[in-house]
Amino acid sequence: MHDTTVDRTVTGWGARVPLWLRGVLPLLLLALVVMVVFRFGPANLARDVFPPVEELTIQRLSFPQPGVIHATVVNGGPEPVTIAQVMVDQAYWVHNMNGARTVERLGRRDITIRYPWVTGEPVTVTLVTSTGLTFSHVTDVAVRTPTPGARYLLTFALIGIYVGVIPVFIGLLWLPFLRGIDRKWVDFFLALTIGLLVFLGVDAMAEALETASLVPSAFQGISLALLGVVGAPLIISAIGKLRHADGARTPLYVATLVALGIGLHNLGEGLAIGTAYASGAVALGAFLVIGFLLHNTTEGLGIIAPLGRERPTVTQLALLGLLAGGPTIIGAWIGGFTYSPALTTLFFALGAGAVIQVVWELWKMFRRRDAAAGLFSPLNTAGLLLGMLIMYATGLLVPA
Amino acid sequence: MSRDGLPRLADLARARMSRRGLLGAAALGGVGLATGGAAVALQTPAAHLGEQSDTSMHHAMASVGDIRPGGFDPTAYLTDFDYGKVSTLPTGRTLREYYIVAEDREIEVAPGVFFAAWTYNGQVPGPTLRATEGDKVRVHFTNKGLHPHTIHFHGIHGATADGAFEQVSPGGTYTYDFDAEPFGLQLYHCHAVPLKKHIHKGLYGAFIIDPRQGRPPAHELVMIMNAFDTNFDDDNEVYAVNSVAFHYQKHPIRIRQNELVRVYLGNITEFDLVNSLHIHGNFFKLFRTGTDLERFEWTDIVTMGQGERAVLEFSYKHTGPFMFHAHQSEFAELGWMGIFQVEPALNA
Repeated sequence: MHDTTVDRTVTGWGARVPLWLRGVLPLLLLALVVMVVFRFGPANLARDVFPPVEELTIQRLSFPQPGVIHATVVNGGPEPVTIAQVMVDQAYWVHNMNGARTVERLGRRDITIRYPWVTGEPVTVTLVTSTGLTFSHVTDVAVRTPTPGARYLLTFALIGIYVGVIPVFIGLLWLPFLRGIDRKWVDFFLALTIGLLVFLGVDAMAEALETASLVPSAFQGISLALLGVVGAPLIISAIGKLRHADGARTPLYVATLVALGIGLHNLGEGLAIGTAYASGAVALGAFLVIGFLLHNTTEGLGIIAPLGRERPTVTQLALLGLLAGGPTIIGAWIGGFTYSPALTTLFFALGAGAVIQVVWELWKMFRRRDAAAGLFSPLNTAGLLLGMLIMYATGLLVPA
Repeated sequence: MSRDGLPRLADLARARMSRRGLLGAAALGGVGLATGGAAVALQTPAAHLGEQSDTSMHHAMASVGDIRPGGFDPTAYLTDFDYGKVSTLPTGRTLREYYIVAEDREIEVAPGVFFAAWTYNGQVPGPTLRATEGDKVRVHFTNKGLHPHTIHFHGIHGATADGAFEQVSPGGTYTYDFDAEPFGLQLYHCHAVPLKKHIHKGLYGAFIIDPRQGRPPAHELVMIMNAFDTNFDDDNEVYAVNSVAFHYQKHPIRIRQNELVRVYLGNITEFDLVNSLHIHGNFFKLFRTGTDLERFEWTDIVTMGQGERAVLEFSYKHTGPFMFHAHQSEFAELGWMGIFQVEPALNA
């Protein structure tokens, strides 16, 4: 065979079958088998032999007004589950449910309980299923839950601006300083940025995995985290190749990547803060805000580090700042009003993946240098370590 | 904002939505205390009162719905006595024969909550056996369950009638032969091991031995305080008298003003050390184990360990609904709560 074209003719029994049908036929067969199994097959046998595996997750407890508790429940298990009774703090309590008591797989119910909860004290809501299994959710500190409205939109926007936007913009103001210093010190700050980002990436991944454990198992929290952490760098790199087919990386492009990675991380962070604030898990005292201010200012430095020899316009800088800091506001809104562990997991994982991609890009910038100016030169190694140390130290101020 | 700083520190550490995971105690502690401490101490109680005074709407501590009709009826159980198949022995003594079958059955312990129970005669508690002191008692036991079971009677009897060693295998039978003594409220329950499981799965019942001379006529009620660990974590999810949470709250027990009421009360609750009964708006005569007709205690609460019994006598001076419940608030709120509906005396 010297012919380089692939022989696409099929001989034998498949010859007369159109190409599209050859592609679709296995799918049709699969659908048929699924139907048969569903109607008659092993699924029913298995159901008889094994006790039902029930899994309910209370995704969110909210306290819309004094004397009222709202619980959002998702059935993440393989079988429908019947919620027979509801306990609050070890007492059966009368409640309403927006739908049938039997919750289908992946079904969702909102339960309203008239319970005189006490501000500042923990509340445990327990669902008792028809088989007597129990599923609980604890709110550590019950506080009145914000409801969507101008006031709380503003509150969460302010939170986002405080912990996300302002610090990033302050960090950007180091640009004139960076432009004035030696090349080797610019490299030092680039290395420092890598340190910051490694810390952020690990942090985001840890958050993603922690939240993944709260995701109803049907939604596969760990897989979701994997999807995010692998998906983000792949997508970013693909987009980069579309725009720069030759593989050239301008400093502004790298800075944009850094801003995007930090922005995704901050989206997750905003989600977490908004949720924690809304659910009473954390009170955003002045002290906490100060912690975030210090912590996130370093993120601004990271964005401009690649621009040490550039002259970006003010508009470009502002856009970079918004890209990195703005998502905190959006995250706080989402987290404050509708909490979903699945979404939080995904966003944190995307953030982690994006940060990994950025670290890779910065690493490549160093690889082109000789060893004396490389990432692991004594000065740059110090920058790397200092970056992580700064994040650790300022992280101590942010317990939330 | 700073006033919110302090009380949340502990919660921050516990908060699952933790951002940094660890609380920087050294960095945080000093400032938090300085800014938040004093203000919080003043603010918190006021905040609590405020919330509570806002909540005048009706809050209902109860289960929702009702148990399915056709199953075990706790109301019927109150006054349902099994006197056995009665015959007279050549010696002139009364012989009472009872037939008890152990079988596995799913029971409804709260509306919609089903428990895979082990039962005597398909019900939990098992049937209330009743004899008179000195009667010859013969209990024919058949085990139709999947595990070995026995019936262990409280009372004075021979070793072979004790139901402790003769495990009755699935499909097997055994006959317990003994004299009914002493009078009082006795108990019977399975003594197969693991004991804890065989008892909390439902193998128990009341056994009343009446004194020869009888007791004064009364409206008699049998109440067995029990509980169910529905999720098998060695802690009870449902508490009740006679198995169904809140049943007598939804279906109050009707009694007459001034009528003598006699409660045969037993405690079989597993996992908790004690259980108790408290009646509202009244006091009762407490005859511990019911073995003495003269000496009694005059009280409104009786607390019992597992297996303890008592006979209570009281009559209501006032009409209206009166609660009765465990005076362990937790048990009461998890189902051990009922109501006596006292109706005017017939001659009033």
